[in-house]
Amino acid sequence: MRRSSDDRWFRIGTGVFPALVLAIAAGIAYELTTDSMLSIRKFGLSFWTGKTWDPVSGVFGGYPFIWGTLYSSILALILSTPIALGIAIFISELSPRMLRTPLTYLTELLAAIPSIVYGLWGIFVLTPLIRKLEVLTPDWLKKVPLFSGPPVGVGMGTAAVILSIMVVPFTSSVAREILKNVPVAQREAAYALGATRWEAIKVAIGYGKTGMIGAIMLGLGRALGETMAVTMVIGNAPIVSLSLFKPQYTMAAVIANEFTEAADELYLHALIEIGLLLFIITIVVNVLSRLLIWTATRRFARVIVMPAAVEEPEEAVA
Amino acid sequence: MSYVTRRKIVSRVMEILCGVAVILALLPLAAILFYVLSQGASSLNLAFFTQMPKPVGETGGGMANAIVGTLILIGLAALFAVPVGMLCGIHLSEYSNSPFSSVVRFAADVLNGVPSIVVGIFAYGLVVLPVRRFSALAGGVALGLLMIPIVVRTTEELLRLVPGGLREGALALGATRRRAVFSVIVPAALPGILTGILVAIARVAGETAPLLFTSFNNHFFTTNIMQPMSSLTVQVYTYAISPYEDWHRQAWAGAFLLVLIILSLSIAARLAVRRLERMNRP
Repeated sequence: MRRSSDDRWFRIGTGVFPALVLAIAAGIAYELTTDSMLSIRKFGLSFWTGKTWDPVSGVFGGYPFIWGTLYSSILALILSTPIALGIAIFISELSPRMLRTPLTYLTELLAAIPSIVYGLWGIFVLTPLIRKLEVLTPDWLKKVPLFSGPPVGVGMGTAAVILSIMVVPFTSSVAREILKNVPVAQREAAYALGATRWEAIKVAIGYGKTGMIGAIMLGLGRALGETMAVTMVIGNAPIVSLSLFKPQYTMAAVIANEFTEAADELYLHALIEIGLLLFIITIVVNVLSRLLIWTATRRFARVIVMPAAVEEPEEAVA
Repeated sequence: MSYVTRRKIVSRVMEILCGVAVILALLPLAAILFYVLSQGASSLNLAFFTQMPKPVGETGGGMANAIVGTLILIGLAALFAVPVGMLCGIHLSEYSNSPFSSVVRFAADVLNGVPSIVVGIFAYGLVVLPVRRFSALAGGVALGLLMIPIVVRTTEELLRLVPGGLREGALALGATRRRAVFSVIVPAALPGILTGILVAIARVAGETAPLLFTSFNNHFFTTNIMQPMSSLTVQVYTYAISPYEDWHRQAWAGAFLLVLIILSLSIAARLAVRRLERMNRP
C-alpha cells in the first residue's frame, strides 16, 4: 500500500510543473487582456482598423502595424519558402551522404545567430547594399506601386529580406524531417513507373504535403513575432503602403520602440493591446502549424507499421 | 525535343536549383559571420572586458557591466527554468500517454512559438508593474519563461531514449517510481539533458526584445537584481542605433562576443551529443 501511495504522490508532485506550464500560457493571455482593458474599452473593434497612432492626443489605431507585420511576413515567406524547401530537398534527397550533416548544421546555424546580430548586419551591410539597388531602379519601374518611394535603403523590402533569411532554417528543418519520414516505397513506386528524379521528389513532397504546409506556417509564426532585426531596418513609420521602398512599422517593432516611452496608462494599454493581437495571431498560426505537422507525422507512423513497410536501403549499407 | 528529354532536362534543372537554394542560404550566413568576425575582432580589446561605457564624445570604454549583466540574467533564467522544465519533462515522459501530458506537450510547443517580446510584456506585468521599477529579476523571469518550453521538450525526449530495461530493473528490485526515476533513469539521461540546457541557454543569451522593458539598461555597474541591469544585447542595440562611429565599433565588438558565446555553447552541445551517441551505441 505504501508503494502505491508513493507512486500517487510522485505523479501529483511532478504534475504540478506541467500544470505550471499551462498556467504560464493562460497567465500570458490573462495579463495581456487585463492590462490592455483601457484601450479595448475605449476603441473597441476600431482599434483594428484605425489608422491614426497619435500618443499626444490619445488616439490609437493599430492598423498600420498589423498591416506591416502581415505584409513583411508574407513577403518574407515568398522569398524564404522556395529556398527552404530547396535546402530540405537537397539535403534529404540529392546531397552526397558526407555533406548531409555539415549542411544541416550550417543551415541550422542561421537559427542560432541572435536577432540583434542580424539587425546590426542589416543596418550596416544590407541596408547600404539595398539602397544602391534602389538608386539603380529605372524610372519606368518606379511607377509600379511596389517600387515607388524614396531610395533610402531602410524600409519594407530590407525588412522582408532579413526576415526571409531568419525564417529559412525553421521551415527547412521541419521540411527535411518530413521528407526523411516519407516512406521510400513512395519514391520507388515513382521510379518504377519511369519517373525522373525530380518527379519522384515531387511524389514525396505530395505525400508529405500536410507537413510541408505546417513547416511553412511554422516559419510564418517566426516571421510574425520577429522583433529586433525588423525594428532596426524597417524604418519605423506607421505607413500603410504596398511599396517595398517606403519605411513602415510592425506590431513587434512598435512595442519594442515605444513601450518604455508610454507615459500615460492609455498609451501603455494600447501597446499591450498590440501585444495581445500579436499573441493571438501567432498562437493561431502556431496551433495550425503544429496540428498539420502532427497529422503528417502520425500518418507516416501508421504507414510504417503496415506490413508493406520498406527497409531503408541506407541502413543496409551502414 | 522529345518528351522524355524534356522531362530529364526539367529534372536536372530543378536539382541544380535546389543546390542554388543551399548556396543562397549559406551566402548570408557567411556574410554575417565574416562581418561580425572582421569588424568585431578588430574592435575587441582588453578595455572592452574591463571598462565601463564612456559618455558620448569620449572614445574607448567597454562593456564590463553588460557582460556581467548578461551572465546574471542567464543565471537567473536558468534558476527558474531548469527545475521547472526538468520536472515537467520528467512528468511528461513518465506519463506520456495521458491526455494531460498531450495537452501540456502541445502547450509547450505553442509557447515556444510565442514571440519573445510578448513574453517580455508578461514579465513586465508580473514583476515590473507591481513594484513600478525595471529590474534584472524581471529580465531573468522573461528569459526563464522563454527557456522553459525548450528544457521541457529536450528533457522529455532524452528520458525516452533511456533503455526500458533500466526502468524495469529498478522496479523489479522493488524501487518506487520516484526512486526509479531519480536514482536510475534521470542520472542515465543527465549528460544529454545538461546538453539540452546548454542549447536553451544559447538561445536565450541572444534575446534582446524581452529585456528592453524588463531589465532595461544601466550605465553603471550593478549586481543588485532589484535594479535595472545592462546586458550585452540591449547595449549592442543602443550602440547600433546611435549616430556615433565609436559606439558602432563597440556594437560590433559586442556582437562578436555574443556570437562567440552562442557558437561555442552550441558546438559544445553538438560534440557532447555525438559522444553520447557513440557511447550508447550497442
